[in-house]
Amino acid sequence: MVSAPLQVTHIRPRQGWSSLSLREVWEFRELLYFLVWREVKGRYRQMALGPLWIVLKPFITMVVMSVVFGRLAKVPSDGLPYPLFNYAGLLPWTMFSIAVSKSSTSLVSNMSIISKVYFPRLVVPISTACAGLLDFCMSLIILVAMMVYYGHLPGWQAVFLPVYVLLAILTALALGLCLATVAVRYRDVGFAVDHLLQVAMYATPVVYPSSLVPETWRWLYLLNPMAVVIEGFRWSLLGKGLPPGPSLYLALGLVLLLLFLGAHHFVRSERTVVDLL
Amino acid sequence: MNGIAVKVEGLGKRYRIGAAPQKARGVAGALKNAVVSPFTYLRRSLREAAPDEVIWAVKDVTFEVPPGQVVGIIGRNGAGKTTLLKILSRITDPSEGRVDIYGRVGCLLAVGTGFHPELTGRENVYLNGAVMGMKKAEINARFEEIVEFAEVAKFIDTPVKYYSSGMFVRLGFSVAAHLEPEILIVDEVLAVGDVGFQKKCLGKMGSVAGEGRTVLLVSHNMEAILGLCQRALWIDGGQLSVDGPSEEVVRAYTQASMDLAGEGYFLADEAREGDGRLRFTGVSLRDGQGRPLEAAACGEPLEIAISYKTQGEEVRHVSVWLWIKNHLNREIICLYTRLTGEDFDRLPPGGQLVCRVPRLPLPPGTYLLDLNARVAGVQADRVRDAARLEVAPGDFFGTGKALDNVGDLLCDHGWRLEA
Repeated sequence: MVSAPLQVTHIRPRQGWSSLSLREVWEFRELLYFLVWREVKGRYRQMALGPLWIVLKPFITMVVMSVVFGRLAKVPSDGLPYPLFNYAGLLPWTMFSIAVSKSSTSLVSNMSIISKVYFPRLVVPISTACAGLLDFCMSLIILVAMMVYYGHLPGWQAVFLPVYVLLAILTALALGLCLATVAVRYRDVGFAVDHLLQVAMYATPVVYPSSLVPETWRWLYLLNPMAVVIEGFRWSLLGKGLPPGPSLYLALGLVLLLLFLGAHHFVRSERTVVDLL
Repeated sequence: MNGIAVKVEGLGKRYRIGAAPQKARGVAGALKNAVVSPFTYLRRSLREAAPDEVIWAVKDVTFEVPPGQVVGIIGRNGAGKTTLLKILSRITDPSEGRVDIYGRVGCLLAVGTGFHPELTGRENVYLNGAVMGMKKAEINARFEEIVEFAEVAKFIDTPVKYYSSGMFVRLGFSVAAHLEPEILIVDEVLAVGDVGFQKKCLGKMGSVAGEGRTVLLVSHNMEAILGLCQRALWIDGGQLSVDGPSEEVVRAYTQASMDLAGEGYFLADEAREGDGRLRFTGVSLRDGQGRPLEAAACGEPLEIAISYKTQGEEVRHVSVWLWIKNHLNREIICLYTRLTGEDFDRLPPGGQLVCRVPRLPLPPGTYLLDLNARVAGVQADRVRDAARLEVAPGDFFGTGKALDNVGDLLCDHGWRLEA
């Protein structure tokens, strides 16, 4: 009988910087898949409208904002119909904000698994961020329908769409990783994040175009990666907004740095996080 | 083949316990605390822990397990058994020492980890398997077997929130039991589920052990330890107290429990389960006439007098029960106010509750008593091994003959011939 080589595990107290063991995360990719699937499937069981809620939520927000900001306040929209302009900003923002808020509390909400079984903890926030991506794809259908309705068909720029979606989800993940282990110790984080996200939406061109921001301050405004994402998202689908340029590269660089730091911070604190649950 | 499956060296796990937070006085105090507490919290996390803030849940534990050995881990609640398992299964990091494990590890610290109530049994099997590190193909290959072992075939496409707790546990155990790791780490999961299934699980674990797999098993069930394990480790106060053949370790452990119970050690311990609205303070034994007894006699009346105190006020709707456990720590008799329909409607702040057994059906030996109380449905107190009950030989059947080898319980009966 030929037996497979024995898997050897060394358990040591860990200190300081240690490797992210991304290979291990890769080995647990099926768990990642199952967790995403559980999140999505479990959430909408026993609901009459089921997954329709994913689509309805941003849609209703869009209708309200169109009335308040588009009709009443007459906020400019780069020459686009306001509902279309607004929804194209709201979509990536909704994905981002749900992903941040869920991934930052992901350890707490999954503590029943985490305290009972070992797997690379990174899988948890990554899976919640991915679930946000799935919701996003659903809501995209409405956007496509609206684009057809308003007769705004995308051009070649649409190939850039995945870049912006990816950037948004990576930004969310980076923030989620930074906050997830902190949220275990201080449950305040969950509340604080939800509030800050509401405020942050107004620092991002969701209800107004970034062209409204004075030229001298524009550079500062575009340091916000989500501002770059939303402007770029509009550009790639609707042709109005910010084409890829230095601001995109800067945002990418910033997010990757944040992601790297966040992941290290996460791996550093995950080892004792169970003791605090 | 390597001669070692698990090697543990100088393992320690330190926990930092906070000084009890000051209780706020009034609104102003609460506000002050709200402002100050984040800072004290921060200050505490930044500086090194003072020695009195540190407890070692596990300390200086060293042992080796060869492949194929089944090792039982025993000890009181809070002795560090679970922490030890959590380190071995990599759920938490040790503070010092090292562990080397040769082989794939499966751990069963709780059944049904990651079960989502809204998902069906089938979906949860896949989810649970993935949580424990099984690949989809592996689960596919064993799916039928898992469902059959759990006896839930009919309900496999029903959301698990509609499952009875027994079905839930069976399905959870079944997935884990089919994990087929080289090393299996099991916490007290057999305490749940019905007796039939417990036996089946023990059988399954026995067959795992028979297949040459290494098993580390934590249990309070001394019979399971004796039946399954060649070797046992007794963990006491976070340290490895005795390591040896399971019969010897179990005997030493139960002897120690009996001695401590006899001294009322656990009744005196203030840190215990329950919300404390009622606390047991003592246990004494009396005969049928209310005279104190050193040892009860088999077949004679016995009164167990339990003194208690409350937090100074009258308590309402109290149910009290006590377990009589044999020398293997198995619960054999339950004396329960609810069973006899005698729950106490109201109890004064202090007094004695007396439980009368008209004819003690226990063969001679040493037994332990667990005390439990519930006030208005909420656990108020629980004392394991609160007292020792010595049962002296007696004439249960009125024949004047000594009883020998008669099982765990005596039962009134008679014989006749019908030809």
